[in-house]
Amino acid sequence: MTDTMPSINRRKLLRGMALGGAATTLGLWREPTWALATTRHMGVLAGTDFDLGIGRMPVNFSGRDAMATTVNGSLPGPILRWREGDTVTLRVRNTLPQVSAIHWHGILLPANMDGVPGLSFHGIEPGGDYLYRFKVRQSGTYWYHGHSSLQEQAGVYGALVIDPREPEPFEYERDYLVLLSDWTDMDPHRLFARLKKRSDYDNLYKRTAGDFLRDVRELGLTAALADRKAWGAMRMSPTDLADVNGNTYTYLANGRTAAGNWTGLFTPGERIRLRFINGAAMTFFDVRIPGLKLTVVAADGQNVHPVVVDEFRIAPAETFDVIVQPADDAAYTVFAQAMDRSGYTRLTLAPRMGMQAPVPPALDKRALLTMQDLGHGGHAMAAPGEMSCGAAMGMPGMEHSAHAGMPMQAHPVSESRNPDVDMQAMSPTPRLDDPGIGRRDNGRKVLRYADLRSFAPPTDGREPSREIELHLTGNMERFAWGFDGIKFSQAEPVRLEYGERVRLTLVNDTMMEHPVHLHGMWSDLEDADGKFLVRKHTVSIPPGTKRSFRVTADAPGRWAFHCHMLMHMEAGMMREVRVEE
Amino acid sequence: MRALLAAALLCSAGTVLAQDHSHHAMPQAQQAAAPDEHAQHRQPATTGTDGDYRPPALTDADRAAAFPDLSGHDMRGHMDDDPFVWMAMADRLEWQAGDAGDALAWDAKAWFGHDRGRLWLRSAGEREQGHAAEGGIEALWGKPLTPWWDVLAGVRHDLGHDGRDWLALGVQGMAPYKFEVQATAWLGEGGQAALQAEVEYELLLANRLILQPRIEATAYARNDPLHGIGSGLSDVEAGMRLRYEIRREFAPYIGIERRHRFGGSAVYARAAGDATTETRWIAGIRMWL
Repeated sequence: MTDTMPSINRRKLLRGMALGGAATTLGLWREPTWALATTRHMGVLAGTDFDLGIGRMPVNFSGRDAMATTVNGSLPGPILRWREGDTVTLRVRNTLPQVSAIHWHGILLPANMDGVPGLSFHGIEPGGDYLYRFKVRQSGTYWYHGHSSLQEQAGVYGALVIDPREPEPFEYERDYLVLLSDWTDMDPHRLFARLKKRSDYDNLYKRTAGDFLRDVRELGLTAALADRKAWGAMRMSPTDLADVNGNTYTYLANGRTAAGNWTGLFTPGERIRLRFINGAAMTFFDVRIPGLKLTVVAADGQNVHPVVVDEFRIAPAETFDVIVQPADDAAYTVFAQAMDRSGYTRLTLAPRMGMQAPVPPALDKRALLTMQDLGHGGHAMAAPGEMSCGAAMGMPGMEHSAHAGMPMQAHPVSESRNPDVDMQAMSPTPRLDDPGIGRRDNGRKVLRYADLRSFAPPTDGREPSREIELHLTGNMERFAWGFDGIKFSQAEPVRLEYGERVRLTLVNDTMMEHPVHLHGMWSDLEDADGKFLVRKHTVSIPPGTKRSFRVTADAPGRWAFHCHMLMHMEAGMMREVRVEE
Repeated sequence: MRALLAAALLCSAGTVLAQDHSHHAMPQAQQAAAPDEHAQHRQPATTGTDGDYRPPALTDADRAAAFPDLSGHDMRGHMDDDPFVWMAMADRLEWQAGDAGDALAWDAKAWFGHDRGRLWLRSAGEREQGHAAEGGIEALWGKPLTPWWDVLAGVRHDLGHDGRDWLALGVQGMAPYKFEVQATAWLGEGGQAALQAEVEYELLLANRLILQPRIEATAYARNDPLHGIGSGLSDVEAGMRLRYEIRREFAPYIGIERRHRFGGSAVYARAAGDATTETRWIAGIRMWL
């Protein structure tokens, strides 16, 4: 924080030099010149050789003492600063009594360095260590996290910043990390078991009898009844926006609660680069800074053509780099509210320590899911294999003359008569230009995937030679999740041939949003017309949507491909993608 | 090596980061072979936005790094997508104050197992003042049949003086519009058979204040004068409970329940001097682990 206040002029000077000659910059790079701020909780480790240790430590975020699992005794773990082109060596020691592992999220590397126990390596045994070493072939903002058991939820995560060899297409005078996360005092496995026992435990926002009377008054009895009938027929609730929410979680920014108010300093007029990372296990955040426009310059570490917004939604595992330029000698609140509005966290940008701006007096109104959100085009739909709502509802293999003009989505046979599949989307579309649930009429300009335009063209311009369609499926009540109705442990790997270019299409057959992450290879997100939009490592798939990305299978090995909602992954929403010659 | 040593700890106060970062010697223990230099510096891929992209040719080192020998190790132990889970619940544990005296009544269940198969233990019954407990305890194996319905099969043992045993077959789950349904058929000694169905609904007055109407009906195949049971529909309980979930796991409630006996069972009741209808006031606790 204030302790490591950077030399701004030096930074500017160096940036100028970088533009003038790369060799000079590289020579000077070892100096502590950049302005990445740290807190007492987050140190910066830079260079090519790192010693990391995973262990337990006491924390207190909720007002009660609890134990966290952390890297190098801090939550988040230290910021690791690498340089594109370097070969980095990371020795990770495990002092836990269980196997552990660290995964470098979004990093291109050999499969045995990817850190997924059981796929890439054995995992790090208690008391043991593992030497990760690989060449850094990219730059930007990323993160690392545990990939063994549920250790990520317990605190095994931290930021990765990779400085580019070439100058970036934007300028700034100050550089801060904003790592958002969700903390619970509960043992993560108890939380998982609780979801299995009662998946709606945290949903204290269900519609009540009073809400029904209000809807009758405002919408009329017929409309209110029709709405209740549609949701009742599906046996679901339109308030199911988060499986675990602020009733369980304390939301953190840079390892501080909202009350802890992490503060970053600036001089009015400076351009500040904010590197947002969502390291939460189960939380989507909507982020804004009242009083400032946000210029988004990178997504998932990849530069994009700048887009100016008031707010962005960040899914678990995504990163966004944003530039802001506060002109006034005033404090600003970086406000991150959970997508279901059950809580928030914040941090402050201020000219001087101790200053703070008002926190928005209220969270945004809680949104309700609609049938359109679920890709049902205004109709409720029965679970596959059960006919309970009449002929207007979608059933696999049925005639759908009533829906002429609206393409009906086909579904894998494995979803039929499957207790783990409680819903199917009837007419999902990409909806890349949709602001998303709870943000459609909030009066702010919000970032949508359609706004993201990659700065660089795709490295692989080939048309995909084939398409692999996978459906995100689940049973909310049983808290069972998978692809195509099949859990990871029961599924065959998705096989790719080394070198091939494929289109991966994901159809969301659930009522929740799933950020899907492919290890080891980029996901080149396509627009609705199949054109390249932006390169990502994590692509979020809202309910009722069908989104496609291209993958070049240029990394041989066994890679994890999973929903980054940690508890969904744990429940089986994962596949192995095996790239072989 | 200078670059390695240059790895710097640039933390602020450094108070929390008490770990010693001064040593940056190459680690002694290495579990993985260091990546082959050729793998790191191989011929780059041909990049092309016009469709002439070619990924780099693989070396043996690439192949070794891509498919390390895991000696049969897999993801079990690191990720269990079907863990053993258990739950124990006293759905109703209540004091009933009735016209004919007070009673302690319970309806409890526990399950243990995995997604595709669970052992269920269920018990329901009551103990009226001055009488032995009446009710049953069941051990059942349950499997999901559809997203919303489980099928269960097992045995039932009656509590009480003669402790009859039954085979049990049932379904339980959630009907459209979120009606919770449980139906069980029992086949007992001497050819007796019974069928019991219960339906519950949760009406949210507020998110923690829940009004739960409940109806339960029981029918028998044969007359059983010894137990005061007539064939056909034997008795119906209809109740209403209002609970407040202090926590999800702990909710006290109050309620009212009305019981009717029908047919032969009503005849036997009247013969024994018992009423065929009864209203009971209820106070109880719902809790689970």
